[in-house]
Amino acid sequence: MATNQSQHISQQFEKELQDIRSRVLAMGGMVEKQVSEAMEALITGDADLARQVISGDEDVNKLDVSIDEECIQIIALRQPTASDLRLVTGILKTITDLERIGDEAARIARMALNLAEKDRPKKNYRELHALGQHVSGMLHNTLDAFARFDVDAALQVAHEDRQVDAEYESIMRQLMTYMMEDPRTISRVIDMMWSARSLERIGDHSRNVSEHIIYLVEGKDVRHLSVEKMEKVIKGGE
Amino acid sequence: MEAVNQQKNAARGIDIESMNRGPKLNMADETACIEIKNFNLFYGDAQALKDINLTIPRHRVTAFIGPSGCGKSTFLRCFNRMNDLIDNVNIQGQLLLDGEELNSPAVNVSDLRRKVGMVFQKPNPFPKTIYENVAYGLRLQGVNDRQTLDKVVEKSLKGAALWDEVKDRLQSSAMGLSGGQQQRLVIARAIAIEPEVLLLDEPASALDPLSTLKIEELIYELKEKYTIVIVTHNMQQAARVSDYTAFMYMGELIEFGATDELFTNPGKKQTEDYITGRYG
Repeated sequence: MATNQSQHISQQFEKELQDIRSRVLAMGGMVEKQVSEAMEALITGDADLARQVISGDEDVNKLDVSIDEECIQIIALRQPTASDLRLVTGILKTITDLERIGDEAARIARMALNLAEKDRPKKNYRELHALGQHVSGMLHNTLDAFARFDVDAALQVAHEDRQVDAEYESIMRQLMTYMMEDPRTISRVIDMMWSARSLERIGDHSRNVSEHIIYLVEGKDVRHLSVEKMEKVIKGGE
Repeated sequence: MEAVNQQKNAARGIDIESMNRGPKLNMADETACIEIKNFNLFYGDAQALKDINLTIPRHRVTAFIGPSGCGKSTFLRCFNRMNDLIDNVNIQGQLLLDGEELNSPAVNVSDLRRKVGMVFQKPNPFPKTIYENVAYGLRLQGVNDRQTLDKVVEKSLKGAALWDEVKDRLQSSAMGLSGGQQQRLVIARAIAIEPEVLLLDEPASALDPLSTLKIEELIYELKEKYTIVIVTHNMQQAARVSDYTAFMYMGELIEFGATDELFTNPGKKQTEDYITGRYG
C-alpha cells in the first residue's frame, strides 16, 4: 500500500506530518551541503571552509534532536497507524542516518584541515574527488527519492552503493601503493584513507535511508538484503 | 548455513531463538471455529450485509472494526441468532459453527446461546446478588447443587478477574458494583456456562480507562479457552487485544487479516483511510 496522499480528518495532525517531512528534507539539504563543502575544502585546501563545515555539524545535530522530539510527540499524542506510523518510524531512522552523514562530513573537513597544511600531491586528490562526486550524487538522489516517495529511485541508490564500494576498494589499493612507493607520503595518505572511508560510509548511510524510504512507502522491510533480493521483495510481494 | 550458525551459537551459549519474536500469525495455521459463506442479510428491502465470506479462527480474538452503521454489530448478532428477535430480517448463505449450520431449524436456539455467549456495551447485571448473577445460567440448566454452584461461581469470577474484589460480598446486590466491575461480572456470568464462543459488543466503551485495561487484559487471558469475537469503535483497542481484524464498510467485508499486518500495512486503500483517520 503506497503512502497515503488523501487528507486527514484532523487538519492539525495532517500539518504535523507535513511538517516533519519537510524538516527532514531541510535536514537532508543541510547535510548535502556539508558533504559537498567538506569535499571542496579537501580538494582546494581551503582551511576556512573546512572550519565552517566542522562548526556546521552542530546545526545538523540540533535538527536531529528536534525532529526526533517531534516524532515522539506525534507517537504519544496521535497514535499513528499504517502509512502514518511507517512515515514517523521511517523518519526516526532516516534522521539518524542523516546525522551520521553529517558526522562523516565533519570528519572529512577535519582531514581537509590536516591536509591543507601539508604539501599537495600532483594529482590533487583526483581519486577522492571522483568518489566524492559519486557519493554526493547518491545522497542527492536519496533525498530526491524521499521527497517524491519514489521506490524505484531508492532502489537505484542501493545499486549505486555497490559501485561506490568497489570504487572505495580500488582507491584503498591505490593509496597503499603510494605508501609503499614513498613512505614520506604515509601521513598524508592516511588522512586520505580516512576521507575515502568517510565517503564510503556516507554511501552506506544513503543506502540505509533508501531502505527506510522503501519501508515507509511499501511497508516492506528490505534491510540486510542484497540488491537483487530487494528488487524481488518489492516486485514479488515476498 | 542457518543450521551451521545455530550450532555455532549453541556452542557459544547464545540462543537466538529466544531473542526473536515468535512466528507471525497466519490464517493457514488456524482451525476454523465459525465459517461464514456467501452470507447476506436484509432488513426488509435494505441489505445490511453483503456477500460475506470469512472464517473466525478458534481460540483467537477476532475484532470487527468499521464506521457506525457498517453492519458489524448486525453481523455479530448473527452468531447467536439475536436477529431472530427482529421482524423482517432475511438471511441467505451459510453460517457454520463447528461445521454445523447455525440457522438450521434443527438447532435449538437456547443450546446455541449456551455455546455462544454475548456481552453488550452496557453492563446488564440482573437485580440479584453477585452470586446469583453468576449462578443464573446453571440454575436455568437445572443445576442447584450448592457445592457445584459455589465452585463454578468462584471459578468464573476468578476467570473474569473479579474474584478478589467481590469475594467478601457475594451476597450483596450486583447493582452496587462499579461499571467496570459490572461488566466483568457479566463476563463471569457468560463464562459460567462454559461457552465455546464469546461475543463482545463494545464491551469497554462505557468504561473508564482503567476498567477498560482490565477488560482487555481479561480478553487476553480468556482466549486460551474461548474463541472471542469483539466489535469495537476504539481502533487502538482492536489493535491491542485482537489477533485478527476484519474491517467492514457499508455492509461489506473489505479486509480481513492478522492485526499487526492490518495496522501497519493494510492491503486496501479504504482500510488505510479508516484506520489512519482519513475516512470522511
